[in-house]
Amino acid sequence: MSDHWWQKSALEISECVKKKEVSPVEVVESFLDRIQQVDTKVDAFTQVWSDYAVQQAKTLEKKIIKDEGEVGMLAGVPVSIKEVICTKEGFTTCASKILAGYRSPYDATVVEKLYNADAILIGKVNMDEFAMGSSTENSSIKLTRNPWNLECVPGGSSGGSAASVSAGECVISLGSDTGGSIRQPASFCGCVGLKPTYGRVSRYGLVAFASSLDQIGPFSKNAMDSAITLSVIGGKDPRDTTSVDLPLPNYAEQIKRGMDKVSIRIGLPKEYFTEDLNKEVKDIIMNAVKDLEKQGAEIVEVSLPHTEFAVATYYIICTAEASANLARFDGVRYGFRHADSKNIIEMYKRTRSEGFGPEVRRRILLGTYVLSTGYYDAYYLKAQKVRKLITQDFEKAFQKCDVILGPTSPTPAFRFGEKTQNPLEMYLSDIYTISVNLAALPGISVPCGLTQSGLPVGLQFIGKHFDEEYLLTVAHLYEMNRSQKLGTPPLI
Amino acid sequence: MADKKISRDEIYHIADLAYLYLDNEQAEKLASDLSEIVSYVEKLNGLSTENVEPMMHAVTMENILREDEIHASITKDDALRCAPLHDGEYFLVPKILEVD
Repeated sequence: MSDHWWQKSALEISECVKKKEVSPVEVVESFLDRIQQVDTKVDAFTQVWSDYAVQQAKTLEKKIIKDEGEVGMLAGVPVSIKEVICTKEGFTTCASKILAGYRSPYDATVVEKLYNADAILIGKVNMDEFAMGSSTENSSIKLTRNPWNLECVPGGSSGGSAASVSAGECVISLGSDTGGSIRQPASFCGCVGLKPTYGRVSRYGLVAFASSLDQIGPFSKNAMDSAITLSVIGGKDPRDTTSVDLPLPNYAEQIKRGMDKVSIRIGLPKEYFTEDLNKEVKDIIMNAVKDLEKQGAEIVEVSLPHTEFAVATYYIICTAEASANLARFDGVRYGFRHADSKNIIEMYKRTRSEGFGPEVRRRILLGTYVLSTGYYDAYYLKAQKVRKLITQDFEKAFQKCDVILGPTSPTPAFRFGEKTQNPLEMYLSDIYTISVNLAALPGISVPCGLTQSGLPVGLQFIGKHFDEEYLLTVAHLYEMNRSQKLGTPPLI
Repeated sequence: MADKKISRDEIYHIADLAYLYLDNEQAEKLASDLSEIVSYVEKLNGLSTENVEPMMHAVTMENILREDEIHASITKDDALRCAPLHDGEYFLVPKILEVD
């Protein structure tokens, strides 16, 4: 039994731990074994906190045996954390040379909340440097491979998070999503990835990329685990003024309650089903639509007419914000510093030039350009206006439907090196996820089938602002009635 | 190749603003990458945005006020510990003022 813990959900594991059917130490040790077995192939982890994980599990075990206080919702559940989220334990490198060896003096709010829920933090996972990328190939640490096909990318930027969950090396992972960085890798690796509404989860301790778009969210095996994790990590945080003071439901309970009475009107945006969408992906998505129709869902066509402008809008706004956010990496207060500079300006320049990788430099320069004198109105202000139009598209669409369904990504996972030569082509692979960040909406990617060559395909549900409850309920309903079987990656 | 949207000189100027050094090869590659990306994003110009309010915030918010109270935060030692160079009191940096 114990060697199969990696196949269990967070709900199953926490129930067994709470009922004292298994020691959290046994669970954690089985995952550490699993990491030893498969991470040589997948390379999702940048740091494995073996001793520290066992120590957390022992503390939890004592608490359970002695009945000391309430046991948390993620009791004994092994969780991995993206390198961009601050932890006192280990390093927080953003997969960048400029933060190599950086130890955060504080825990991100989401990390504190995981500890409070009795989750076991098992290590940190790979990503594109500063979360800029769609394949995790921009990591300065190493390449992470797709557990379903080791020749393919895991997606990005949270590629390590997706791969670690999909490979059964942990049960939950926390990633961040600025333009699709949770949903796209979840789709490529065949797991569930949730980007909550902007403001639902505190960004305190998330190293900022584009502050008006960034949001932390969970990776999991299923929507129920995603719901449990959101209830743990969500909520108003005085340390992040953009976190929103709304009641935080017990999403798992709400899903169970909402299942019988849920009526669904699903909007299919006609702009998401054009010739840009891979035919095989399209067929698999339409198959999922049929599964939902059988459950009584009503399908309506909706239009998001400004979709074709989303990528352009996004790359102006996100690079502008990134160029400002990344100005703090100057070799003075933390991270890498180039030694032997004659004066401070030279020190700044050498530190930043050697510390940042090519994609980060490219985005800093693009952001600096669009914000520079004479260009601000033409690019940044224009993009802010189009962002408004994109947001209004969704408002109109939601008058005709309760949830929007489409592909998460136009293609399944691609091969290493396939898109690294042309940055624009890489950017265009985020076409369906980017609008959701611009409109600040919640979105979830749910696995819905495999291609002929055995690569996972994810569908994306997009919900209304702060209506994760409904979004998760629909995702769960779909999972319960999914006709396609996915299985697990053929790793061992 | 047709004239680039952004010249290599312009790239050097932006790099200077962003405190980045570039060698010739990097500048050449970036001039061509950024030219392509900027040409692409200029598709927004084809869209009329008259009377559209720019979206300045992801979620509408009011001013958030709070009492000016002292809360526990990271200690000076913890903050200095992260720095490449410090003397226990201050961050140390190379010379700022040049004396000719």
